[in-house]
Amino acid sequence: MTSKAARVHAEPAVYVYEAPLRLWHWINALGITVLAVTGYFIGSPLPSMPGEASDNFLMGYIRFAHFAAGYVVAIGFLFRLYWAVMGNEHARQIILPPLFNAEWWKGVFHEVRWYLFLAKEPKKYIGHNPLAQLVMYVMFVWGILFMIVTGFALYGEGTGMGSWQYELFSAWVVPLFGQSQDVHTWHHLIMWYIITFVIIHVYVAVREDIMSRQSIISSMISGWRTFKDTRRTEGDEF
Amino acid sequence: MTETFYEVMRRQGISRRSFLKFCSLTAAALGLGPEFAGKIAHAMENKPRIPILWLHGLECTCCSESFIRSAHPLAKDVILSMVSLDYDDTIMAASGHQAEAIVEEIVEKYKGNYIVAVEGNPPLNEDGMYCIIGGKPFVEQLRYATEHCKAIISWGSCASYGCVQAARPNPTRATPVHKVITDKPIIKVPGCPPIAEVMTAVVTYMLTFERMPELDRQGRPKMFYSQRIHDKCYRRPHFDAGQFVESWDDEGARKGYCLYKMGCKGPTTYNACSTIRWNEGTSFPIQAGHGCIGCSEDGFWDKGSWYARLTDINQFGIESNADAVGGGVAAVVGGAVAAHAAVSAVKRAANKGEE
Repeated sequence: MTSKAARVHAEPAVYVYEAPLRLWHWINALGITVLAVTGYFIGSPLPSMPGEASDNFLMGYIRFAHFAAGYVVAIGFLFRLYWAVMGNEHARQIILPPLFNAEWWKGVFHEVRWYLFLAKEPKKYIGHNPLAQLVMYVMFVWGILFMIVTGFALYGEGTGMGSWQYELFSAWVVPLFGQSQDVHTWHHLIMWYIITFVIIHVYVAVREDIMSRQSIISSMISGWRTFKDTRRTEGDEF
Repeated sequence: MTETFYEVMRRQGISRRSFLKFCSLTAAALGLGPEFAGKIAHAMENKPRIPILWLHGLECTCCSESFIRSAHPLAKDVILSMVSLDYDDTIMAASGHQAEAIVEEIVEKYKGNYIVAVEGNPPLNEDGMYCIIGGKPFVEQLRYATEHCKAIISWGSCASYGCVQAARPNPTRATPVHKVITDKPIIKVPGCPPIAEVMTAVVTYMLTFERMPELDRQGRPKMFYSQRIHDKCYRRPHFDAGQFVESWDDEGARKGYCLYKMGCKGPTTYNACSTIRWNEGTSFPIQAGHGCIGCSEDGFWDKGSWYARLTDINQFGIESNADAVGGGVAAVVGGAVAAHAAVSAVKRAANKGEE
């Protein structure tokens, strides 16, 4: 055996996404899909139902689905924050990115260069790459937090004064925006912000699955990150 | 010794029987239990009348018009006479210097113990020259009259939020009262105009109990502004069923379906129209077949068409709304993603060739 051969670094699979986190990811994805579809139809309802009002409850069901999915996503998000503390170090990545770390920002720019076809090869990461971390943090974490807060504020308007939804959310969110109409408008706009995130997220996941040096989509199903080449992971873990 | 409310009423030729009826009706309107009718009567018999100065700034007098049409004739007669005895430049008999002298007299005589009701708002541009009362800018009269007052009632959307004269671009810089007078308790009674019964009930509450009614975070009395028009709308079952008016005068309009798609602002408007209604409880806009325009909400003139469900977002062009802006962004990103995918595929194919 030559010394050269000994330096060949075989990269074993790493268990990155723990089961509760994977479960959260897919429930959350389903919840957001339901929320976006029903939310759109609350803003622009379907054509009128024929027959008596007492025979129909379409808008009621759409709103129910929206509120139920809203609860699922909100409780899921709380769980996700809890898991950022209790889970492995990868679970913290998108919740607390190292925004003041110059090395990390270098990683972001390398990844941007990779997406602009300027870098020849992406770096290899066990967890998320820094750009993915940044986008999930800015678009998903803050976007969903905004939607949960404004969503409960709008929901609290229906449950009324005295309900915890009203006291915890509507009571300060509605005056902050000026009135209810503006809360609706912003809730609607940020829906598109999250839809934009989903488009990017799905595209990038598929693309990285094909073109990057590690597994992506299958990792969110099995939890294991596998690697396509045997060279060392140069992307630092933050 | 100043007269009590009861004495004023008796002097106005109101019988004790009518007086007691008024007390119980007011208690009901305020959402109080039956035992409060007696308390109101007792208070009105014993408490000295609190004077009210009713100032008019930049406004259209629709608040006054609404007020004098209060459904309960006693409320109208009693409260109006109690108010007009002091100062209300639209409906009082005095005029000119005599009228203005009343303001001074009240301020001197009842320091710290009178209420200022403001209809309209002060324009602040050009030192307030856009609204002159008795030769002086209204903002000066407002500052003078409120300096020693106990509380301020902001009548209508003008005084509460600015309303039409404060709509973009607001050339006169019309400013709601609470942004000019910052050191006094202010009760907002928004609406363009507010419902007559709401106005009389607020005055009655304050005169009777000598305190402000419970207010929400935006300073509106909870008893009338704690629910949206939508929450108590009689067309709500059609909303839940998914039955909407799709265009004016269609089958749904004739059947009285929900006006949501026609831009009704009921779901975002806090007011009591759908319960108290207007003109002696006859009707209210939605009952007449027209959507709510949200006149009691902040900035309702600037939220786009009254006939569109989604608010206009003018920063992105005159016809923009959340779907146009957000859908546009999503479409652009979707296009970029497709282009990026294509380039990626080409690059990958090229690299494969090299290898």
